[in-house]
Amino acid sequence: MSALHDLSLRDAAMRVRRREVSAVELTRAILERIAATEPQVGAYLTVCGDEALAAAAAIDRRLAAGEDVGRLAGVPVALKDIICTAGVRTTAGSRILERFVPPYDATVTARLREAGAVIVGKLNCDEFAMGSSTENSGLGTTRNPWDGTRVPGGSSGGSAAAVAARSCFGALGTDTGGSIRLPAAYCSVVGLKPTYGRVSRYGVMAYASSLDQVGPLARDVADTAVLFDAIAGHDPRDSTSSPRPSRALAGSLEGGVRGLRLGMPREYFVEGMQPDVERAVREAVRVLEGAGASVESVSLPHSEYAIATYYLVATAEASSNLARYDGVRYGLRVANPGSSVGEMYAETRAAGFGAEVKRRIMLGTYALSAGYYDAYYLKALQVRTLIAQDFTKALAGCDALVAPIAPTTAFRLGEKTADPLTMYLSDIFTISVNLAGLPGMSIPCGFDGDGLPVGLQLIGKPFDEATLLRVAAAYEGSTDWHQRGPRL
Amino acid sequence: MESVIGLEVHAELLTRSKIFCGCSAGFGAPPNTNVCPVCLGMPGVLPVLNRRVVEFAIRAGLATGCAVAPSSIFARKNYFYPDIPKGYQISQYELPICAGGHIDVVTEAGTKRVGLTRIHMEEDTGKNVHDAHVADSLVDFNRSGVPLLEIVSEPDLRTPGEAGAYLRTLRSILQYLEVCDGNMEEGSFRCDANVSVRPRGQKELGTKVEIKNMNSFRAVERALVYEIARQEQAIADGERIVQETRLWDADREETRSMRSKESAHDYRYFPDPDLLPLAVEPAWIAEIRRTMPELPAERRARLEREHGLSAYDADVLTQRKDVADYFEAGVRAGAPAKDMANWTMTEILRMVRDEKLDEALVIRTWPIGPTQLAKLIRLVTTGVVNRNTAKGLLPKLRGTELDPQELVRREGLAQVSDRAALEAAVRDVIARCPDQVAQIRAGKEKVMGFLVGQVMKATGGKANAQMVQDLLRAALAQSS
Ligand SMILES: [Zn+2]
Repeated sequence: MSALHDLSLRDAAMRVRRREVSAVELTRAILERIAATEPQVGAYLTVCGDEALAAAAAIDRRLAAGEDVGRLAGVPVALKDIICTAGVRTTAGSRILERFVPPYDATVTARLREAGAVIVGKLNCDEFAMGSSTENSGLGTTRNPWDGTRVPGGSSGGSAAAVAARSCFGALGTDTGGSIRLPAAYCSVVGLKPTYGRVSRYGVMAYASSLDQVGPLARDVADTAVLFDAIAGHDPRDSTSSPRPSRALAGSLEGGVRGLRLGMPREYFVEGMQPDVERAVREAVRVLEGAGASVESVSLPHSEYAIATYYLVATAEASSNLARYDGVRYGLRVANPGSSVGEMYAETRAAGFGAEVKRRIMLGTYALSAGYYDAYYLKALQVRTLIAQDFTKALAGCDALVAPIAPTTAFRLGEKTADPLTMYLSDIFTISVNLAGLPGMSIPCGFDGDGLPVGLQLIGKPFDEATLLRVAAAYEGSTDWHQRGPRL
Repeated sequence: MESVIGLEVHAELLTRSKIFCGCSAGFGAPPNTNVCPVCLGMPGVLPVLNRRVVEFAIRAGLATGCAVAPSSIFARKNYFYPDIPKGYQISQYELPICAGGHIDVVTEAGTKRVGLTRIHMEEDTGKNVHDAHVADSLVDFNRSGVPLLEIVSEPDLRTPGEAGAYLRTLRSILQYLEVCDGNMEEGSFRCDANVSVRPRGQKELGTKVEIKNMNSFRAVERALVYEIARQEQAIADGERIVQETRLWDADREETRSMRSKESAHDYRYFPDPDLLPLAVEPAWIAEIRRTMPELPAERRARLEREHGLSAYDADVLTQRKDVADYFEAGVRAGAPAKDMANWTMTEILRMVRDEKLDEALVIRTWPIGPTQLAKLIRLVTTGVVNRNTAKGLLPKLRGTELDPQELVRREGLAQVSDRAALEAAVRDVIARCPDQVAQIRAGKEKVMGFLVGQVMKATGGKANAQMVQDLLRAALAQSS
């Protein structure tokens, strides 16, 4: 028998439910795995071993008493550290919240707990989810489990790295412009960014409210579906969460792709793409064709404006969302707060926020300023509508789109930190999906010549995660990329 | 010169819970007890709109002839201040819920129609507390997230008196709608004024100045009087008026400039992405319209019609809903309308005023219940006690549920209407006061009151005053 930490999330849950293994044993196994892999990976900002063991023991007691403890009974999972956990510090990867302990659970946290999951820790990320490499974290460095000199992608880099390292059975991340899909691709795990409104944002620290969405990262498609089912659905505490009921998808991944029509956006196969990446993606498309899907070329003509649009909308919202971190009520307050409230704000925010966060706050403040609002923010909203219409048109004739996740595989730590604009281009294929509010997914589809993972992106119609998961499952059934793990 | 005034009123709504969370919106709780992660703006939390706030806003809009927008949006007003927990205040900016209404204000010069630019919803902020004994300033977030309506008038007002009348009328309407208690001192009805002056006949507006910090009707009127005079003087002196925000200093009776740094804000408004556009279905508006209460003007007309009250009495009684309710409850309990009106306006309102109870919206908290007063009035009209005795009983009834008749019996205060006893007392007084009797006979009618007073005194104040008058006249006529 392989090590407990190598089980799939579904297998692990089944064994706990059948009482072949106890939740405590499973949790201990993961805590040991964390101890073994963290020196190389650095995915976790906080490991809450005591809380996790206590929760696991409670699950075991309830199982012994014959209670129904949920689909995720006793399975250790971990959360991007931007998702609030009552009693466990939640930092958003920022020094300004380094010691912040929320008194409440995010809705997704609560739903995982209700489903019986055991939360073992909090995962590193770019500060307030702003970044594509997790290098913007103010609190630690996460390395790509496939190559310790490479970034894990971002901003949910810790989530992807931990799943790849088998130091949790699944994780939650957030995706504002590709922050689940990019690290999933860089680390060779499955990542799903649900339709905007499908998963509650309550208790998830906001970066850009109209773009943020929580989603699962897991080792394979079926595990991803199980996690998605646990967190999806209307939440009365989030006014933007959709009232339409979410149907359970974990059991309906069969069906294949025969007869499905897939679109390939022309604009996503650009010059300058790493040849290995393009080759892997095109090969993946052939595999899907081989399985019975028809593939045609589609156009998303406004794609070239996506990055500019994103950086206006996201930074404008961020400048407002991050105003609450002011040293007045919680979080960091500098030792010498000056003599006025204004100085206290300035000193606290200067010391607490990293460079990328400051850059985006300033961009957003500028974009919303009197006299610039119409030229920048309002214009961006208009272009956003055009981008969304592109997708509506493209998806009118297809069931889903297939595309690359990023132009390259994981880059080296430090390689792009000095040039934010180059870094922003990592998200060029993922950002539009957020602007349009659509579901998007990344699944492993190969490796480049350096042995670094490549991801395939699937983009779906609003609230049609079912089709994405079905296509992904079909692809996964024809390949074995997802079964490969990094040597750790 | 003529002055041009527009008013911005912030009315705190009488909802049980706050606008975006379930915390109590009640007043007077210990600091930071009516708070939760949402109204504290903790990381990750989200607002959920209280439907009741929308209903109140629609009620206010319908009562003032506004159009209710089928779709309106919430915006973030971004600025830093310790009492705003999120670093922005959720308000409405473009596309408010109500626009384009008016309020008819009764002024000395007749009824004047004042336009309303808009009515919108927003959340209140917390409150900074500067305690001299503590080095740091503290913040109380109980008010943070309490719902407000901002009601903005057109610059249609021309004098401080009109402004005062407008505010009283608006407050009266909101009280009738039971959406706001209208308490200026507790800050649940706050007013900022925009004022400019221009030569009479000129179309363009002068440079406007905003005045803040006025916490009574009197303060608003005083501040406007001062500010108009200041601007006129400045123009007469050849100075230019600067657009600025000024604070009313009630102690020094003057407005003074806020530092320009504080007033130069760029709020960076943008639609709040956490709240979807608010759609108001026509059916909902229709439902609210169906359940709209009677408003002050309608009630005034009805009281005149149903109870035969004078226009003046009807106006005094209907300015506040609780007063009108009180009056009508008394009439229902059997008091003649005219007597109930008089007693309410003189005795009860005086008591309420003297005890500074005038801001209590709820009739239960009044010092004497309307049924008690009605019974007391009946004791007067049926001759059981005289009017003076009855007045003297008011303090004894205050805050009790005593039956006035029971009190009269217990205290032995029943009016003396025994003819023989009163005749004896009258005879006695005439005998004791020959000078006054002579004066009356010489035509000094006023002295009559003195003799009546003497008889009353002799009977311990309990004599039936009308009988005493009659007996005195009869006795004087006989003996002359
Ligand atoms: Zn609250």
